[in-house]
Amino acid sequence: MTGASRAEVCIVACAEAWRGDGEILASGMGLIPRLGAQLARRTFAPDLVLSDGEAELVGEDGAEGWLPYRAVFGIVAAGRRHVMMGASQLDRYGNQNISRIGSWAQPTVQLLGVRGAPGNTINHPTSYWVPRHSRRVFVDRVDLVCGIGYDRAAALGPPGNRFHEVRMVVTDKAVLDFQAPDRGMRLRSVHPGVSVDEVVAATGFPLHLPDQLPETRTPGDSELRLIRDRLDPAGLRDHELGR
Amino acid sequence: MADKVISIAEVVGELRSGMTIGIGGWGSRRKPMALVRAIARSALTDLTVVSYGGPDVGLLVAAGRVRRVVTGFVSLDSIALEPHFRQARQLGAVQLTELDEGMLHWGLLAAARRLPYLPIRAGLGSDVLRVNPELHTVRSPYSDGEELVAMPALTLDVAFVHLNRADRQGNGQYLGPDPYFDDLFCLAAARSFISCERLVDPAELRSGGPTQSLLISRMMVNGVIETPHGAHFTSCVPDYDRDEAFQREYAASAASPQAWSRFRARYLDVDEAHYQRAVS
Repeated sequence: MTGASRAEVCIVACAEAWRGDGEILASGMGLIPRLGAQLARRTFAPDLVLSDGEAELVGEDGAEGWLPYRAVFGIVAAGRRHVMMGASQLDRYGNQNISRIGSWAQPTVQLLGVRGAPGNTINHPTSYWVPRHSRRVFVDRVDLVCGIGYDRAAALGPPGNRFHEVRMVVTDKAVLDFQAPDRGMRLRSVHPGVSVDEVVAATGFPLHLPDQLPETRTPGDSELRLIRDRLDPAGLRDHELGR
Repeated sequence: MADKVISIAEVVGELRSGMTIGIGGWGSRRKPMALVRAIARSALTDLTVVSYGGPDVGLLVAAGRVRRVVTGFVSLDSIALEPHFRQARQLGAVQLTELDEGMLHWGLLAAARRLPYLPIRAGLGSDVLRVNPELHTVRSPYSDGEELVAMPALTLDVAFVHLNRADRQGNGQYLGPDPYFDDLFCLAAARSFISCERLVDPAELRSGGPTQSLLISRMMVNGVIETPHGAHFTSCVPDYDRDEAFQREYAASAASPQAWSRFRARYLDVDEAHYQRAVS
């Protein structure tokens, strides 16, 4: 096996977000998170339930269930899900914005809208995938809180916040979590070939840096074979990261 | 049983400026585009549009028919951001009630059940409550005392949905994988209209798919319109997929007022029959 590409390292890092989740819906928004969820199920998390992005739940050899949009909202409310969403902006406490940049009445840039982010983050674990780690994404303050972070959840208090968990952020440079003492963002690992300084420079707020900082684990041979031969034989993964 | 078949013009004739209309489907999927095009051609103004938004929202906004959009997103699916909606928002030309997708579902459910609101966890702690100050929370009267969002009913004046098949009495059948929220839109509205790919007799409706594909019952419906290829350019599987090439042309028409004028003259300022010839 030749060495893993950055995209392949990211797929494994995304897969790791679902480790230990058991029999829940693993929703990956975007190619790399989707491949991560598929890899997780084929290796260390065989109980995960995956959707085709339309209305079917897909097992190893075809449909195993029906999940139209109305049922997705039921699963969200029931908490049997861990989603990995995108983020146009993300702050130190994990507040996420995918709606718009600028003022409410007249945004400078209208983006997607809040989509399901408020409901996801208040109901079940949420992680984020950021394909370009930069100060444009990692900002001091997001323009609109769509997915709620730890400061908002704390302000809400129990019992309203009891299902809230922002577990992990995977970027093209690093893996981050919210294990800082004040539940702020912590650098968890840097991808091979990336320096800590590079990550810090590309982040628009102070990151919590642990004493011991590991490298993100690289895919094993069997994982690489799965990614290259089974999950993404067309090699679309490398386009998403531009290498 | 009443024959409810009517024309597109008759449906549009029922509408008044300032009404709240709901549009079924999802994103750029199974949208009642023939009806949307007719509304875009009309002189109606100040509509409030409730939708899991796609080109239905973009087209009506671009045509100047809309005062307010009530939605959780507006997307063309294969083109993530709806360019006409985006432009109107960035010009401050349209107002937005931005809701979590689940809140929109709950609001339709509440309206369909004639309830003033339904409690939901979605929205708590997020800026959805800040930018929609008319939204309130409610405290559980039981021992848990939990505070939840009181999602108000999204009651509609009129709903429009598009089905694969229907009969003349208003029973409607979807043959694709997802019913979306079309039955809820119909029940949430004072008047509901379904367009369909093909009008069939009840026997063909029964033989065309499993019983549970008969999503829309005639008791939810005030009028039926046969609009072959009427969801174009959105998808209407299994009858047809999204017309991606046309969708790109539509998206490109947001580039300039001239591009929009050309698109409008060619595809909107003509009746449905001319439209279908132009895109075939």
